[in-house]
Amino acid sequence: MINFTPLWDWFRTLHESTGVNLTIFYDPFDRARFFHGFLTSLRLMALCLVASVVIGVVGAWIQRSRVALLRALTQGYVQFFRNTPPLVQLYFFYFALGSYLKLTSPTGLPVPAVSNFTWAAIGLSLYAGAFNIEIFRAGIEAVPRETIEAAEALGYSRLKAYVYIILPLAFRISLPALNNNLVNLVKTTTIAYAIAVPEMLYVANQIWSDELNVPEMMNVLLIIYVSLVGLLVLIMGRWERAMRVPGYSPS
Amino acid sequence: MITNATDLPVLKPFRLFSPLPACGERSPRVARRVRGIFHWRRATESPPHPDPLPASGERESAPPLTTTHAWLLIAALVLAVGIGQAAAAPAAPSVLATLIKWTPLLAQGFALNIAMSFLAMGIGTALGFALGLALISLHRPVRGVAWFLTEFFRNAPWLVLLFYCMLLLPFELRIGDTIIPLPGWMKSTLGLSLAVMANVAELVRGAVNSIPFGQWEASEALAFTRMQTLRMVILPQCIKRMTPPWMNLYAILTVGTPLTSVVGVSEAMTLTGDILAAENRSELLVPMYLYLLLWFFLYCYPIARFTVSLERRFQVR
Repeated sequence: MINFTPLWDWFRTLHESTGVNLTIFYDPFDRARFFHGFLTSLRLMALCLVASVVIGVVGAWIQRSRVALLRALTQGYVQFFRNTPPLVQLYFFYFALGSYLKLTSPTGLPVPAVSNFTWAAIGLSLYAGAFNIEIFRAGIEAVPRETIEAAEALGYSRLKAYVYIILPLAFRISLPALNNNLVNLVKTTTIAYAIAVPEMLYVANQIWSDELNVPEMMNVLLIIYVSLVGLLVLIMGRWERAMRVPGYSPS
Repeated sequence: MITNATDLPVLKPFRLFSPLPACGERSPRVARRVRGIFHWRRATESPPHPDPLPASGERESAPPLTTTHAWLLIAALVLAVGIGQAAAAPAAPSVLATLIKWTPLLAQGFALNIAMSFLAMGIGTALGFALGLALISLHRPVRGVAWFLTEFFRNAPWLVLLFYCMLLLPFELRIGDTIIPLPGWMKSTLGLSLAVMANVAELVRGAVNSIPFGQWEASEALAFTRMQTLRMVILPQCIKRMTPPWMNLYAILTVGTPLTSVVGVSEAMTLTGDILAAENRSELLVPMYLYLLLWFFLYCYPIARFTVSLERRFQVR
């Protein structure tokens, strides 16, 4: 276990000597809650990333369905979520739908059946999932017709061909576009602030309200987010290059 | 690819699938499909010739979205109104009447949203154009600084940028004796335009790089200076290529404007909250939010369709 105390003390002296008040480092309480907010942000991001990709895969499968109604419903969902503000969607889920989903707690007071964190995860996943469906659909269309026919000739069922042949290829083809969307999703998780999910932005807001160190906290936030997203872009870029289908993408 | 080496009309047949002759790109058919999907291209491609434009053929083979969907949406609203109505206390005015009553106020808020989106797009485009040209500058330091700014503002979440501008900009500017007030909506518009700026810069860079290199060489052979080449040869072609993704960006910006409600600008979202607080009727929640979503959908969806048709039209050339 590394002893961080000298580092924290350095931030205290920094405050005393220059007035740059970074309470999140030297104040144990602020440090704990900021770290917790950071973890909540990461958890929300990870959850939404996975869920939105799952929605994309399943939705793209449904869009190839032979039932016209299913296709139309998926298309409606995609267009609706793409063309309306994610913030309003989130409010709609949390305040409007949430108002109907209430349980009675042991104390007799109504408590929401779905927590705000869960609503944020659901809302953001649905929002990014709508984009992912389009992305995967385009990827699937780029899979050569002959490959699918070959799979059929080898006796693959529709589902098996989708899972073993089409999807892996489509995934690799659509990875660049997918990365864009996932990066945007990570940036969009900040709107969970609006429904009081204690993620990083929300906690930072609490801290600057308590400690009145707005500029410092704003800069800390900006730096953390930019480096977090930058890291993601870097990793995704590497992955993208590794997963590139030969002959399908720039060398 | 042969088609990238030159732009001779003789080779037109080869460019059937490749309306944007990108240098050394992926197979045109795939590029067209994959590229089209997302509005914002990221600069993860190889630097010399990044994937040019997020343009083209996105939803062309999508199941056609007919007016049926609009009707479905309206049906959902009617249903919600109906349910709300059934749940309402008999004495209260009907949900529909309440929606109509507040429509003028909501329209006012929505007008502010549109105004902010126009303004942010204007400022962002102007700044972004300059930044995009700096991105392709011949001077290494200029390029470096521009790259840093672009990446920084593209990676920063919009809401954080909004908070930044909202809390750290003064509420008025003093230049000599004149005092320019900076109301909240103006500051948040600035915040939004920073994000737009970075994205436009990336678009400009991508578009310029998507122009076949032969054009640069031809202009050089005709003794154009670099500035002249850019102004008279390259940029006019870029404008056309940039339009569809630029409009996509505008649609995204428009659905981003409700974010300003979080920092206290009284636009449509804030007003919806106020209306709901004033009415204080729980059966209004679902219809009211759906109503607001419908407003945005009706504004953004035609833009999306128009963008797709523009992409298709530019593609045929």
